[in-house]
Amino acid sequence: MHNYNTTILSNQELSPGYYRMRILAPGFVAASKPGQFLMIRVSGGLEPLLRRPFGIFRTGFLPADCEGLPDKEYVEILYKVIGSGTRILKDLHQGDRVELLGPLGNGFDVQPAAEQILVGGGIGLVPLYMLARQLVKTGNVRLLMGGRCRDDILAVTEFERLGVATYVSTDDGSLGEEGLVTDVLQRKLDKFPQAMVYACGPMPMLRAVHELCDLRKVPLQVSLEAFMACGVGACLGCVVKGAGHTESDPHYLCTCKEGPVFRADQLEWDTLEAGHDECGCEEGEA
Amino acid sequence: MNDRNRENSKQPSLAVEIAGLRLKNPVMPASGTFGYGQEYAPFFDLDELGAIVTKGLSLNPKAGNPTPRIAETTSGMLNAIGLQNVGVEAFIRDKMPFLRQYRTPVIANFFGNSLEEYGEMARRLSDLPEVAAAELNISCPNVKKGGIVFGTDPQAAAEVVSLVRRHLSKPLIVKLTPNVTDITVMARAVEEAGADAICCINTLTGMAVDVRRRSLRLANLTGGLSGPAIRPVAVRMVYQVVQAVKVPVIGVGGITKAEDALEFLIVGARAVQVGTANFVDPQAMPKIVAGLQQYCREQRVDDINDVIGSLQLP
Repeated sequence: MHNYNTTILSNQELSPGYYRMRILAPGFVAASKPGQFLMIRVSGGLEPLLRRPFGIFRTGFLPADCEGLPDKEYVEILYKVIGSGTRILKDLHQGDRVELLGPLGNGFDVQPAAEQILVGGGIGLVPLYMLARQLVKTGNVRLLMGGRCRDDILAVTEFERLGVATYVSTDDGSLGEEGLVTDVLQRKLDKFPQAMVYACGPMPMLRAVHELCDLRKVPLQVSLEAFMACGVGACLGCVVKGAGHTESDPHYLCTCKEGPVFRADQLEWDTLEAGHDECGCEEGEA
Repeated sequence: MNDRNRENSKQPSLAVEIAGLRLKNPVMPASGTFGYGQEYAPFFDLDELGAIVTKGLSLNPKAGNPTPRIAETTSGMLNAIGLQNVGVEAFIRDKMPFLRQYRTPVIANFFGNSLEEYGEMARRLSDLPEVAAAELNISCPNVKKGGIVFGTDPQAAAEVVSLVRRHLSKPLIVKLTPNVTDITVMARAVEEAGADAICCINTLTGMAVDVRRRSLRLANLTGGLSGPAIRPVAVRMVYQVVQAVKVPVIGVGGITKAEDALEFLIVGARAVQVGTANFVDPQAMPKIVAGLQQYCREQRVDDINDVIGSLQLP
């Protein structure tokens, strides 16, 4: 786990409201597993006070500035501007400093299978890239990517370059098929009933994905978003309801430490709430 | 050897003593912001701390409050975690072995839902050689059946403190809530009932509203406000308590850096606790310790005890 002050290498708008930031991150390439996240302190001051969690999109190496020096490790995040933290983040430039903490959380439990299906809703696509990079080595990988409109569809060609078959759907039909990503999932599950499914996105989408998979007894892992303070399991502010939770016998799981990836059967889906939307905070993990 | 060389050759001493407990420096975490220690061990050597303060422990495990439990506010945050903890038996079984490898004293924070539970907890903690001192929480504002009754009424507070004092075989720190009209009344009451030290302040009860949804930002309605926003209130209350009692006082409330900690020490706190800052920077506490060293060198102070209570009044 790393915690240091570091430099932004680039920060570009991908589509309206969505950005890609590359950050100098020594130690992250070896340490990061698919599905893990990091936290960024966007300002040295007190506003906003808390760090913001972001899913790790990918890690990699840049050639060193001078011969003889080691290559530079970077980590990349994709984020949507939704609150006070990301509004500051989007205005940062190459050379600006941020405090970086990570990699955090458990990540996906990567299981080899002949057919793997990834379901991404909008910015929920982020933790799926490193997962895809690993899964393509052992089987066929399909990415079902959904959004409200074409602006929400990100980085699909990067998945294609890994050898992932991609299927885009949008609510308004402005890109790919018109309709919900779960309609596409239903067709794919009919065709590949032995598939494993991994999903990240808004709670209504995750719930629908869970219902489809549950019906067919298809194993599902979901990556959850949550507003959190510490990211290391100390504050217990980011908990979600675990399977068997009732009001009289509560059972909570810590998103940052026991998650952010959960097997679907670990969660209490009937009363599961969306991480950031419900808590009135502005930001969740991407 | 001239003065300058002598100063460079010697590290200023940060050691302090609280109720017979010798701490290598006055910096420790505030209960509930540091888990059971293990969560922060990847970031620094826990032996760099003056003490480790555990998350609040109860006789039985507690699942905690519904979500959302936290909300960020201006220069602070509200929390209503609900004293979620593994319970004292699981603490002894699962958390204590990890803490045993450190030399720094472990202070067990605890609470109860009844006088009987407080007494039972005090007896249980007395049995543990690894626990150097106990911090009694009579001030957590979140749990309806919990501390608030004890912490805001001087007689009830004195009753629980003297009961715990009878059953506890080690130093007793009592943590006070700021949600009272006059904190010195509470401070005197718990001192008289047998507290060996006083820790203040716990969080200030607050509330926040999501204006778009016209809804609560915490499921619990209210929560405890912490972070830099509360520091001036905390400094004032620590100053008042220091004036009111003879036992040592541990100052806590919104400390993020050495200068903040020094405010508390200068008004008379013997040690400080760091809370919300641990969330913002997991290495906040070792940085504060280093900052205190630097301050002493700059001020040409050999011993931090010369800083404690050194406030110059007009």
